[in-house]
Amino acid sequence: MSNTSVDSFPNSKGFLSRPGQKMTALIGSALFVGALITAFPFIWMLTSSVKPQRESVSYPPTIISKHITFEYFRALFTQLNFNRYLFNTICVVLIGFFGLIFMAMAGYSFAKFEFRGKASLFFLVLATMMIPVQVTMIPTYLILNSLKLTNTLVGMAIPTLVSGFNIFLFRQFMSTLPSEIFEAAKLDGAGEWRTFWRIVLPMSGPILAVQAVLTFIAGWNSFLWPLIIANDQNLYTLSVGLSLLNKQLSANPSLQMAAASVMVVPILFVFVIFQRYIVQGFALSGLK
Amino acid sequence: MVEVQILKATNINHYSQPAASMPGTRKRSGSIKNRIVPYLFAAPSMILLVTFGIFPILVAAFVSLTDMNISGLADRSNVKFVGLANYAKLFSDHDFWQAVSNTAIFALIGIPSVVLLSLGVALLLNRSGNVFFRALRAFYFVPAITGIVAISLIWGYLYNTQFGFLNWLLSLVHIHAIQWLSNPVLAKFSVALVAIWRGTGLNIIILLAALQAVPKEYLEAASIDGASEWTKTCKVTIPLLRFAIFFVTVTTAIAWLQFFDEAYVLTSGGPLGATTSISLFIFNEGFQLSQFGYASAGSLVLFVAIAFITVFQLHGRRKDVEY
Repeated sequence: MSNTSVDSFPNSKGFLSRPGQKMTALIGSALFVGALITAFPFIWMLTSSVKPQRESVSYPPTIISKHITFEYFRALFTQLNFNRYLFNTICVVLIGFFGLIFMAMAGYSFAKFEFRGKASLFFLVLATMMIPVQVTMIPTYLILNSLKLTNTLVGMAIPTLVSGFNIFLFRQFMSTLPSEIFEAAKLDGAGEWRTFWRIVLPMSGPILAVQAVLTFIAGWNSFLWPLIIANDQNLYTLSVGLSLLNKQLSANPSLQMAAASVMVVPILFVFVIFQRYIVQGFALSGLK
Repeated sequence: MVEVQILKATNINHYSQPAASMPGTRKRSGSIKNRIVPYLFAAPSMILLVTFGIFPILVAAFVSLTDMNISGLADRSNVKFVGLANYAKLFSDHDFWQAVSNTAIFALIGIPSVVLLSLGVALLLNRSGNVFFRALRAFYFVPAITGIVAISLIWGYLYNTQFGFLNWLLSLVHIHAIQWLSNPVLAKFSVALVAIWRGTGLNIIILLAALQAVPKEYLEAASIDGASEWTKTCKVTIPLLRFAIFFVTVTTAIAWLQFFDEAYVLTSGGPLGATTSISLFIFNEGFQLSQFGYASAGSLVLFVAIAFITVFQLHGRRKDVEY
């Protein structure tokens, strides 16, 4: 869009868009170099994860190994407990999806019903957006401890299960849905609960997709609460298991990079497939 | 307002019908069964929000006035009321002030870097909408969605003094090996660099969405008046982005006040507390030393600081004008 001929107006040679195009090509190459630098740590992770250990600690470093090996990926799942960590992580993600349903329900309630105390309850929802986790982590731990939820998968997922901002987004979207359809369904004898599952949720597809992808990413990466809540190795998530490897830094970078790849590669796939939703979700966070 | 335009730009409003109040529900709200329906729908979320969003602040305020520690956790009768002693101790604690000054240094390095870098990259990425430029965007977004622990492992390896990639790069230009993470001054920058690398993606997306909402007519008018690309960017685009830039700056500032992840995983706050932020100080006092009362006092101080910035943000937002 910036290749307007006006840029090159003083240039009367006839190739009116040339300078603009040259500029675009220049900017494009600069951005390409920047993109390579930004992506380099991931490239380094992938190439190092298949290097033999002696090569990953050798100096000068080799970029790509001649002896590609997958033994460290195997070691993660056979000698270390990564299958258990993976299972726990998937559990945390699935619990997160319950939170998604809860938030959709609350959003529906705030969007489509009139009830006493609605304004003050919604203010409460918005107020929680301003309270960061670092402020609440100590008291939340004490609360979870008195609820006997420490050292459980539910305890790890529950503090971040619902967020005020996501309820706000659901409400914004659902208040644009036509109420007549819900009314018609109710007149046809569908209960409130059935109306919600069969009509409201399917019609909220776009916002649900955005939130589902972001919920997956947040659950998959979740670190702080699993770290605080899990005492038992059997309850560690991938992130916590990975941070154990961090302590053995000089020992085996190949193994560490293989473990990092196990965490990062699925996210890269999710990103490639759902990029549109992720970008929408992040742009929406500008609404805060 | 920009917010509305972001919503439009992200194309989320497929159903563009304005929010109408529903004649039906009010008619039906007669019976008690129907009257409790909205509360039932909101209940699970509200219970969780109050328990883990609002209530913890009250618990922190209360616990900060006690000497709650590991023995108090086991038996509540061991907890004694100590008044404001935790706060008095906090404000005379050298480690706390070191954490405050570290956080200030992190913010001074981080906020301008993240804001300027995201603005610059967003402006450049916005130059063309062709396939190549769209594909490049993805590279800048990815660090924002990958887990911090994996990222710290990768950067820890890059920073390694003996066989790290970065020291090898420096050796190519005959610079001696650098102690990226064990030199107290340099460690702050090394840790901040990782956070900057991870923090720009989200802001680039927000700024790109705002850039796409800039009316084309303004830029065309400026072109007709003979304005150069540079003048158009400085005099038309950036002033129109001021709300988005303000928003990005405030959220970035709040994020750096809460700075935790990178420092915890890369250096555990070391060497000698040189990378211990306020959040990490609270975490250590609470979960390493089990001084829950003392850590809660720290939490409350951090809360007040963040609340202050949030109020400032809301105040600035009111001044935003339509364009």
